[in-house]
Amino acid sequence: MTDLVEQDVSAVTPSPASSSGSNTPVKSRVRSEAFARRLRARHVAERRFRLAGAAAVALAALMLVVLLGSIVAKGSTAFWEARIRLEVTLDPAEVAERNYAPILRRALHAQFPQVTDRAGKRVLNDLLSSGAPYELEAMVAKNPALVGTTLTVWVRADDEIDQLVKGRYRRDLPESERGLSDAKIAAADALLASGALAQGFNTTLFTAGDSREPEQAGIGGAIVGSLLTLLVTMALSVPVGISAAVYLEEFAPKNRWTDLIEVNINNLAAVPSIIFGLLGLAVFLGFFGMPRSAPLVGGLVMALMTLPVIIISARVALKAVPPSIREAALGIGASPLQTVLHHVLPLAMPGILTGTIIGMARALGETAPLLMIGMVAFIVDVPHGLTDSATVLPVQIYMWADSPERAFTERTSAAILILLGVLILLNGTAVILRKIFERRW
Amino acid sequence: MSITSGIPSPLKLRPRGDGRAEQRSSADLPAKMTARGVKVFYCAKQALKGIDLDIHENRVLALIGPSGCGKSTFLRCLNRMNDTVEGCRVEGRIALDGEDVYGKAVDAVQLRARVGMVFQKPNPFPKSIYDNIAYGPRIHGLASGRDELDEVVQTSLKRAGLWGEVKDRLREPGTSLSGGQQQRLCIARAIAVSPEVILMDEPCSALDPIATAHIEELIDELRANYTIVIVTHNMQQAARVSQRTAFFHLGEMVECDDTEEIFTNPRDERTQGYITGRYG
Repeated sequence: MTDLVEQDVSAVTPSPASSSGSNTPVKSRVRSEAFARRLRARHVAERRFRLAGAAAVALAALMLVVLLGSIVAKGSTAFWEARIRLEVTLDPAEVAERNYAPILRRALHAQFPQVTDRAGKRVLNDLLSSGAPYELEAMVAKNPALVGTTLTVWVRADDEIDQLVKGRYRRDLPESERGLSDAKIAAADALLASGALAQGFNTTLFTAGDSREPEQAGIGGAIVGSLLTLLVTMALSVPVGISAAVYLEEFAPKNRWTDLIEVNINNLAAVPSIIFGLLGLAVFLGFFGMPRSAPLVGGLVMALMTLPVIIISARVALKAVPPSIREAALGIGASPLQTVLHHVLPLAMPGILTGTIIGMARALGETAPLLMIGMVAFIVDVPHGLTDSATVLPVQIYMWADSPERAFTERTSAAILILLGVLILLNGTAVILRKIFERRW
Repeated sequence: MSITSGIPSPLKLRPRGDGRAEQRSSADLPAKMTARGVKVFYCAKQALKGIDLDIHENRVLALIGPSGCGKSTFLRCLNRMNDTVEGCRVEGRIALDGEDVYGKAVDAVQLRARVGMVFQKPNPFPKSIYDNIAYGPRIHGLASGRDELDEVVQTSLKRAGLWGEVKDRLREPGTSLSGGQQQRLCIARAIAVSPEVILMDEPCSALDPIATAHIEELIDELRANYTIVIVTHNMQQAARVSQRTAFFHLGEMVECDDTEEIFTNPRDERTQGYITGRYG
């Protein structure tokens, strides 16, 4: 067969005669002075355009830095909390009555022997968080052997003391404008000097539910609520969204009905989210009588809101799969379903995943529709199920931002930081999944 | 004869100038597939205007003609690949072994397993070489067990003349092969489901001359076991690989005859014009 190869090569090699073109010298118009001027103008325009682009990026980066900087400056201190060291003697009689507050107070008073009057003692009592007795109770519940002994414990300080330690009160202001009495400041300073008041890592922020007292408030409940809501959203919108996209893209006939559906899906993606909240209120709560403030309903509403995003991104991803792959599979007798499941969907997976995670991230950051279905309630307990009352991270942030206490300002920023962290994590996952699933063809 | 005036006669390029009896006339042989009055419409536009054609067993039929003449459309009717084209309508009768392929009793999936296809651009799956070949047998359940599947893969690759080049790298992606190798991989993939007819839509148009030569050689060998229909723009190729040639022009089949006849003694003026390079 070698002779065929040679013949073939000779057949396609052009003869030398045909390759020689006309070589007549023509004065090139691209060498003229006018052309050089235009060329310079083109280069200037290009430099101008690049500069504008770089400036835009710089402006965006600056804004991001300012925004993040202010949040971090306000919120980073919330990850620490002021604690007071006490030598407590656990009297069995008081423990039996679960009367822990006097134990703590006595221990605190012992550190200030000079204070004898009731007003002075009340000032001292106010240094402690109202949640401190529960801390002690939890300690005892964990280790009953402690009863009857004397031990050193660190308990939470009141949020005002916490803010004072973090330098958020201006000491140079007169007492009436400061919002914190001189007596309290003096007592706190004394504790600081003796080392009995110090800052520790704030675990409460991550584990506790909401509270009226800032030092006892945490986003634990909101995080669990967000996770449960997101779980419902994902379980509903991902399979339904991908199935719808596959059907519309691969199987549905292109006619007026599918055009209408497509237009509607695109419009739904642009519907304000609060409308979905109203829909949830009317349909899920009003008609089906589902529980208020529940992650189940929140998830349903979010699923409705996320569906168009997922369908649109999945359709784009499916469209991007080269038709040659479909032809190849159909050409050897794969059924349309096999073609989709074995070839098209795996190739479209990175794009679908990206769209899904972006949709999920949007659902995670959404507040408005949840306000409509009652997820804005003050909920102290960490939810344990899909029908428990719950709130979610952004709603928690919204509620804290409304609170007057200084400590809540700090916690609001901290919660924003955590929410941003979760979002970055989600988007990072999207990038990694994309890399893993990406296959070249 | 105007053939002698312009390009060299394609027949002089034939790899072997054999005068085997089987090549003298295929017209009397039984037809594997028959097309009668095939009309194809893309929405309102008519692409084929009534094609009558016989495809003979163990022969290579070449479809030639200028771009847009409907030869690819006709090819895609044969295994109902046109079903996937939106707004495409096929009229007339196409039969495989006497059975109407557009009939109710015929399933497109089964038809495409019997009538395989190789496309213009090599389109291996983005999977390993092994999985590319094994995919067809797997979905049709043609091989039971690992060993049998290995056997099918090996046989298919050998028949496609690719075994020697890839036997040590079956786990590498099929897309890592060169263009010519990819096309042979696609042919091996088509063979793996043991079709009766193989349709080739300009299989060499994206390949260099050496890879083209490989494929042409392969087509000639495959003829022993399969019936082949090939669409080509390259008339030398048609002359080299086919026993019969059909000339399409503007949605009509102008002429179909033994390849030798078409190239030496075309009956229609248009055929003569095309093969001598006056147009197309």
